[in-house]
Amino acid sequence: MESVRTFSSPAEWRDCFALTKPRVMSLVVFTGLCGLLAAPAYINPVLGFTAVLCIAMGAGGAGALNQWWEADLDARMKRTANRPLPQGRMPRINARDFGIALSVASVALMGLAVNLLSAVVLAISILYYAVVYTIWLKPRTPQNIVIGGGAGAFPPLIGWVAVTGHITWMPVLLFAIIFMWTPPHFWALALFVKSDYAKAGVPMMPVVKGEAVTRRQILVYAVVLFLVSLAPWWVGGTGLIYGLSALALSALFVALCVPVALRRSSENDRMKPEKRLFAYSVLYLFALFTALVADRLILGQGVVA
Amino acid sequence: MTPEEQEALKRARRGRNIALALVLLAFIVLFYAITIVKFGH
Repeated sequence: MESVRTFSSPAEWRDCFALTKPRVMSLVVFTGLCGLLAAPAYINPVLGFTAVLCIAMGAGGAGALNQWWEADLDARMKRTANRPLPQGRMPRINARDFGIALSVASVALMGLAVNLLSAVVLAISILYYAVVYTIWLKPRTPQNIVIGGGAGAFPPLIGWVAVTGHITWMPVLLFAIIFMWTPPHFWALALFVKSDYAKAGVPMMPVVKGEAVTRRQILVYAVVLFLVSLAPWWVGGTGLIYGLSALALSALFVALCVPVALRRSSENDRMKPEKRLFAYSVLYLFALFTALVADRLILGQGVVA
Repeated sequence: MTPEEQEALKRARRGRNIALALVLLAFIVLFYAITIVKFGH
């Protein structure tokens, strides 16, 4: 930490906010809310709001703990060098305490206001991201993104369980969808920013196993994602609106992965297929979960059936 | 510490205090609403 300036002034609230990784949180809130809305039961809107808030607070707490642990690593990467800790805008230990406080508060509130099972799963997801992923496996294995994807896959499951109080096939399938989606999503990005990760010494797949393996695995995960995304329809958990949307969206996802899997980048490559896949992957997740909720709200309520 | 730094520190502290007050206020409202809903069950 010698290189990082530290002082004891109170941090700006913006710095605390930045610690929660607001952009990651927006995706977390969206998928958590979709899990909640797609669940086949009623939840009081106040409690539903509380559940989504707890998911967001838990994600924010885990994000702060991640930045506390990775402050030195973040300082070595262009994308993360301007975060509050590498910039020395707040003492490192405050980020840890802020993260723990947010995490504990989110789990406690979930347990008191919503139900015990969702609080337990929320606690597991925070520990999984902050400890299993950030501290243990991210610096050790090129499969780190697959493992990290597990953390990102929890929100819709928690949202669903907040409503129903049970874990059934459907929330597990929602988990599986994001789990399979994350590697192609992130490796597409890692293919065009890999120099940065190499500098920071993170064993990202393209750096350790090489481009060819990464590109092949992107396609493998995309094909599995195709099957998993259709599973909610096959098991009868959703109707035709979701089924046809998933079919079209996932088919396009695989179609965009094929050129990425088959080509090799050259010197000064503009990496267009990879950038296109990355951009589409974000749209894909939003569209798929929107279709899931639309299916539930339209078909599940008996408006059309 | 220069006067400028002192001023910046003050501003940061005030901003954070206001943010914290708003968060606490929001939680008071939320806990009240949760309590009412829970009583309804």
